[in-house]
Amino acid sequence: MENLFDLFIRNVFVENMIFAYFLGMCSYLAVSKTVKTAVGLGTAVIFVIIVTVPVNWLMENYLLRAGALKWLGSSFADVDLSFLSFLLFIAVIAAMVQLIEMVIEKFAPALYNALGIFLPLIAVNCSILGASLFMQEREYGTIAEATVFAAGAGVGWALAIIVLAAIREKLKYSNVPEPLRGLGLAFILTGLLAIAFMGFGGIEI
Amino acid sequence: MKHWKLLTNPLNDENPITVQVLGICSVLAVTVQMKPAIVMAASVIVVTACANLIVSLLRTTIPPRIRIIIQLVVIAFLVILVDQVLKAYLYDVSKKLSVFVGLIITNCILMGRLEAFAMNNRPWESFLDGIGNGAGYGMILIVLSTIRELFGSGSLLGYQVIPEGFYKLGYVDNGMMILPPMALITVGIIIWVQRGYNRKLIEK
Repeated sequence: MENLFDLFIRNVFVENMIFAYFLGMCSYLAVSKTVKTAVGLGTAVIFVIIVTVPVNWLMENYLLRAGALKWLGSSFADVDLSFLSFLLFIAVIAAMVQLIEMVIEKFAPALYNALGIFLPLIAVNCSILGASLFMQEREYGTIAEATVFAAGAGVGWALAIIVLAAIREKLKYSNVPEPLRGLGLAFILTGLLAIAFMGFGGIEI
Repeated sequence: MKHWKLLTNPLNDENPITVQVLGICSVLAVTVQMKPAIVMAASVIVVTACANLIVSLLRTTIPPRIRIIIQLVVIAFLVILVDQVLKAYLYDVSKKLSVFVGLIITNCILMGRLEAFAMNNRPWESFLDGIGNGAGYGMILIVLSTIRELFGSGSLLGYQVIPEGFYKLGYVDNGMMILPPMALITVGIIIWVQRGYNRKLIEK
């Protein structure tokens, strides 16, 4: 159990999706103007990432990997479909986003209204596909590990966007050189935050 | 010459990176050296142009409810092609780019342009728009990688540019430049310079 907890903490802080891998940057920079929308998008990302990574883990282990089709019979034992992983992962993500959207709309209309446009946008958030590809690359042994990794990655992403949004809200009242206002400053801020997060880099958990 | 605008607009006034904020992730990751940056720029130009063309040809037959899946399948198909070609002919560069070729699929430039342009414009215009946006993206990639490789490792395209004598006098390569946070800060400064010249882009 301790192992899973370590995995979670490591993925929130040390291997943060934004500050260590720089994935999901576009929506991170574009949607971080106010804390309220940042919280909405952050929640949606956590949600989608926790659903898609375990599903893609199943795909990877029972369909794509070399020898993964063994359960169909010994004649399939040496089939390697891993070249299809991009296609299948992205199809799973797009389908899951669509499905989650419909489910939330039906059963939790309040949450649906709060997330609004962000839910469909998540299909092209690179941190989601990135998480699935990292899951494949790191070869997590069990579905529990994959799920905890996904939760850590999602929470780390949400944390990062909320931090940036809070800082940008404060900065609205500062006197910044005109051409630097908005986007330029957001980039520089993210750079500084990333340098701060590099402090976690040496920690062995 | 209205077609000319489709090619030149994304280079400055509507640059995908500095104005539309599309496709940032890969910019940070592949610009430590110039060679992977150039390969990445070329791959993205090919994929944006072809994806725009294909989706524009299909635009009247795609049902709106499932368009995201169809667009992603077209993109993923093209990206797999590019990935396999790179693995066959430029294996070492393809190793360096690692997951980022795969992540072209979710490079928001693609989805963004497909949604905003290719879904309601004719194939030829869409093709040009794809090339223009790919080139605008590639331009920033190459500027950024030049700065980072020159100051970070003292070389350009792998050839040593800063002479030995400088190092003997105490010049040291700036190790910060190789790290991703510096890429963000450099992009911030590029935006600052661009908006300094092109004042209509300044945010209110």
